Amino acid sequence: MGRYIVMRFLQGIPLLLFISVILFTLMMNVGDPVATMGGRRAVRQTEYQRLRRQLGLDKPVYMQYLYWLVGNDWTQVDRDGDGIAETAGTRRGVLRGDFGVSLLNGKPVLEVIGERLPNTLMLMVASEVIIILGALLVGIYSALRQYSVIDNLLTGIMFIGYSMPIFFVALFSMYIFAVLFKRWGLPYLPTVGMFDPQVGKTTAQILWHMVLPVLSISLISFAAYSRYIRSTMLEVMGQDYIRTARAKGLPRREVVFIHALKNASLPIVTVVGLDLPLLLGGAVVTERIFAWPGMGRLFLDHVDRADMPVVMGILLLIAVAVILFQIITDIVYAWLDPRIRYDK
Amino acid sequence: MNMIMESTSPNQPVPLNMEGLDTPPLTLSQLAWRRFRRHRMAIFGAIVLTLLIIYALAGSLVYPESYANHTDTSLRLLAPSMEHPFGTDSVGRDILARTIYGGQISLLIGITAVIIETLAGILIGALAGYYGGWIDSLLMRITEAMLNIPEIFLLIVMAKFFGGNIPEIEFIGRTFSGSVIVIVVIIGLTSWMYLARIVRAQFLSLKENEFVLAAHATGTSNAQIIFLHILPNSIAPIVVSATLGVANAILAEAYISFLGLGVQPPTATWGNMLDGANNYLESAPWLWFFPGLLILLTVLSINFLGDGMRDALDPRSRAV
Repeated sequence: MGRYIVMRFLQGIPLLLFISVILFTLMMNVGDPVATMGGRRAVRQTEYQRLRRQLGLDKPVYMQYLYWLVGNDWTQVDRDGDGIAETAGTRRGVLRGDFGVSLLNGKPVLEVIGERLPNTLMLMVASEVIIILGALLVGIYSALRQYSVIDNLLTGIMFIGYSMPIFFVALFSMYIFAVLFKRWGLPYLPTVGMFDPQVGKTTAQILWHMVLPVLSISLISFAAYSRYIRSTMLEVMGQDYIRTARAKGLPRREVVFIHALKNASLPIVTVVGLDLPLLLGGAVVTERIFAWPGMGRLFLDHVDRADMPVVMGILLLIAVAVILFQIITDIVYAWLDPRIRYDK
Repeated sequence: MNMIMESTSPNQPVPLNMEGLDTPPLTLSQLAWRRFRRHRMAIFGAIVLTLLIIYALAGSLVYPESYANHTDTSLRLLAPSMEHPFGTDSVGRDILARTIYGGQISLLIGITAVIIETLAGILIGALAGYYGGWIDSLLMRITEAMLNIPEIFLLIVMAKFFGGNIPEIEFIGRTFSGSVIVIVVIIGLTSWMYLARIVRAQFLSLKENEFVLAAHATGTSNAQIIFLHILPNSIAPIVVSATLGVANAILAEAYISFLGLGVQPPTATWGNMLDGANNYLESAPWLWFFPGLLILLTVLSINFLGDGMRDALDPRSRAV
């Protein structure tokens, strides 16, 4: 097992390098960071060229990638932008934990991301908990009462939820719970932001503002999960050992929740494990609609202005999380199912 | 054929006598059609989808495209009425007419993006599965790398990459924003990975069969074995995946256009009609309701259809 885990980590390294090369090349052409730089707008051509040299954007792509990856403290950089490299570089490169600074505001990338990460996690963890609990409930119920009226009804609703674009759910729920409730004089939910600036950033405010985004995110993924749980539960419930457990007179609750669910949960672990890291940036559209200051909106804002270091930081963070969770999922899977052995 | 062969001794193939049977044996496609017909949701999906296609195509006979793109700021944000059944948008365009022309583009994008996706998926999956070795390793590492970044991020970065000033294009007498082609290409290029994995798995198991060995022995070329011998045998999962892919492509277009990075106005799509609609959440809900509903109906019916096809084409399913 230990060897397997080390192997997986080692395999992840070239994969990440490969991903970073692809993304870096793509990022080179998404726009001109100097042209869209706020505040320091370069008016004259000479000034424009100077800014590009100062930011190192005049270098060929592979040199920029190298500086980004391993840093530039082993060479001279052009600090004043006159075309002559004279100052020793200070960047230490991604490999040594230096993701560079944002081209927009000069803050370190990790700090920029760190400010937004908790906001996204808050939204996502709450949604994921609701999704898993709700999906378990609905999935198990549907499986136990297959083809009953309620099962058919739930299946229909799940299909609609699965096919629903998230912005439609979001706009629809905003319209009902904010606009219509307000019109009817009921207590209505806020639609944008994290807190009311007049009240301040209190826990109650944040929770209140989380309701609609969490509801929208949950409704979408909930559908796919509960379908999945329903089908794995159905499969397990038809097994011989379930019939045996029933035949020897175990209480139904024990059969369902201990004998069946334990085995049905194996494939579910895989799905959850592979989905979890995507949550990090999974809600670009939701965060945009609800003006939620999370990673998704950070990404949109910075990709708009071609802020390469921040965008690369976010994407790499997600890629690392995906790989990490794949490994964790494998380990949990082996731990849950003793038949699985990775060592040969 | 299969059913009769199974019932007789496997050692001595009995010559088939078709006249002797009460009913001729069903072909595989007849079996599939029988199973598909039973799937009520799939039939429902097929009917709704047909209606939506008729809506998008026949609607253009009622409203000319110039009417759909005609702006009149004195008519901005009108509520649904007899004259404008779906209301008007923020620059006074008729939303009903725009959903018709937007539907054509959205459906077109869905189908063409899936063609690219399917071609890429089949090619990469087939090469990896058939040749194995370093080709397989290389192609599968690329697939894995692409899967490690959520699709929406790839779409945004690629939309920015290929975006910029794209000339308008003329096609069958109509002018489209060139961004339509860009969107089709990037959706196709960011969605082939799952299909490639499916095709690779199919090829891995099929290439061990005797008919492939026989083809090799008779000197058939690799290309012919791949495309004429193995590919036709793995067509069922490809068809299902492509069908569901259309729904995903329509959704992807809607997301990217909703973010303002997709198809550029004046060309309408269901997705870009929603761009900015959340600013009028309270004052003009018809801005987002009708295009959103049409996207939902389309995706829903395609998903039903795909689900039915999966059940019908499943070779393990022998229910008639």
